[in-house]
Amino acid sequence: MPEWLRLRRAQPIPAEDAAQWTKCPKCSEMIYRPDLAANLWVCTKCQHHFRMHAFDRISMLVDADFTEIGGDLLPGDPLGWTDKVPYPQKLQRDREKSKLTEGVVCGFASIGGFPVALGVMDFNFRGGTMGTVVGERIAQLFERARERRVPCVVFTASGGARMEEGMLALMQMAKTTLAVRRFHDDGGYYISVLTDPTTGGVSASFAFQADVIVAEARASIGFAGRRVIEQTIRQKLPDNFQTAEFLLEKGALDSVVERRDLKPLLMRLLDYGVGAKQASNGHATVTAPTSSESRA
Amino acid sequence: MNVIVEREKGLLELEQRIAALKAQAAQQPVDMGGVIEALEAKYAEIQHEVFGTMTAWQRVNMARHPKRPLGTDYLAALDQFDELHGDRHFHDDHAIVGGFAKLRGRRVMAIAQDKGRDTREKVMRNFGMPAPEGYRKVTRLVALAAHLGLPVVTFIDTNGADPGIGSEERAQAEAIAQALYELADARIPIVATVIGEGGSGGALALGLADRVLMLEHSVYSVASPEGAAAILWGDAARAEEAASRLRLTSDDLLHFGIIDEIVGEPVGGAHRDSAGTVARVLDAVDAALDTLVKVPLADLLDRRYAKFRRIGAPPS
Ligand SMILES: [Zn+2]
Repeated sequence: MPEWLRLRRAQPIPAEDAAQWTKCPKCSEMIYRPDLAANLWVCTKCQHHFRMHAFDRISMLVDADFTEIGGDLLPGDPLGWTDKVPYPQKLQRDREKSKLTEGVVCGFASIGGFPVALGVMDFNFRGGTMGTVVGERIAQLFERARERRVPCVVFTASGGARMEEGMLALMQMAKTTLAVRRFHDDGGYYISVLTDPTTGGVSASFAFQADVIVAEARASIGFAGRRVIEQTIRQKLPDNFQTAEFLLEKGALDSVVERRDLKPLLMRLLDYGVGAKQASNGHATVTAPTSSESRA
Repeated sequence: MNVIVEREKGLLELEQRIAALKAQAAQQPVDMGGVIEALEAKYAEIQHEVFGTMTAWQRVNMARHPKRPLGTDYLAALDQFDELHGDRHFHDDHAIVGGFAKLRGRRVMAIAQDKGRDTREKVMRNFGMPAPEGYRKVTRLVALAAHLGLPVVTFIDTNGADPGIGSEERAQAEAIAQALYELADARIPIVATVIGEGGSGGALALGLADRVLMLEHSVYSVASPEGAAAILWGDAARAEEAASRLRLTSDDLLHFGIIDEIVGEPVGGAHRDSAGTVARVLDAVDAALDTLVKVPLADLLDRRYAKFRRIGAPPS
């Protein structure tokens, strides 16, 4: 295990034996946690895709090293928010629970030899909601990717805009969009991977602004929450409503993929985009993989 | 009933008889060489009669032959294909299939119309008649290809765009117009191939290309023969007559400068050697791309402009 991952791994396997087992929320099978981890956090019985910790996701994808950026950006409490507990306390609780400093981890790495800027959201931190820090880290990721001329790959998992930061949270949709748009208009190649769940202000901004939009199988994806829609229209929604498969048929996604096939697909997608820049009479804008760079 | 399928029946019978006789001859000392030879001569004669000079209507039927290779057969023969679905708005139209691909090692965006082979698939693909979502998928994929610098290759096979209430409500005309608009200035080489029926604007939406190829017995026309007969004479049953007047065969269209190249088919049609035909088309597309990728971008776009600009222009 690389040093960065050993230090940052957020889900230390507990020592006591009972905690080694996890119940699949889908089929209720009791699964031995190391088996689950070895199976990319996919249920060994029913193929249910567990929500992944950002660093587990990163270690599943990258060739070797991962250099984090924006990790020192930490949320404040701009509205002085208090409900049952003050917002800063909620943040502190989630930091301890998730071992993360915010709802997204961003940085540089290589995937299959292709240097990329990689952003991975994590539902364990405030439901992956986007506040000022998530927006800032995502914006910085696209700006740095543009400078380095590398493709950008972002994994989304989010409950939407973070209520506790109010309008400052909502405006992150505009901020991230501007960064994505500038990256794109400068020839950048952006792949987003929508994981369970991707909703609200994140789905309605950078998640759906990519050149290629992939979703993990059976992920829940939408704008408004299922309950909100059901209460508004006073109808029961079909089971497949807002699933990745539903959205694929409705034309919203390029592709839906099982987690085990995700990395090979990403490598092919990167190859089409990066390789084409060298071979055609277009302008070279995305960096091609080199063995030295990918191991840097 | 397909007139080519009808005429093939006699040939297929003869083929089976010859094969049976040959099998018999191999086991018996009696010399049956003469009989077999006579049958083979007869076979060649009928084949020549059926396929030597085909009328326009026969070509239309060849283009619609139930065993003719379809769009997805070409995609399946590529080195690699990763489908990209949907128009990002309403639906994933299965009458048009597109995605990233490798063609003879070259990264491309491949887009094909497909009519479907069996009944279930035909329904799923709406008999190859794309709805606006299909054309919006084309527009989207062409833009993506241009953004990444991938050449675009298209395979055309449609009776025409879907005529229907839903398609009109969702602005079929606008969807086709936007596909043409995107192709007009897409900053990558584009090669289109008519592999079956090129029916009207629904076909041209994939056909504004730097080089247009056509399989020998394909057809490409301003409207399907049935459509043209209905428009002109209010009688779709006069399709055969319309076909004879529309000048829709590959040699006609080469003569008019509408297409650039004819890819030959085996005697009896593409379906007599589907894999070989598909491979020959892909080779021809690859050769066309070889030339086009060497053309500087500004020249490429100028030539694309001139290529279509001169069609129907007064002689200078
Ligand atoms: Zn399970």
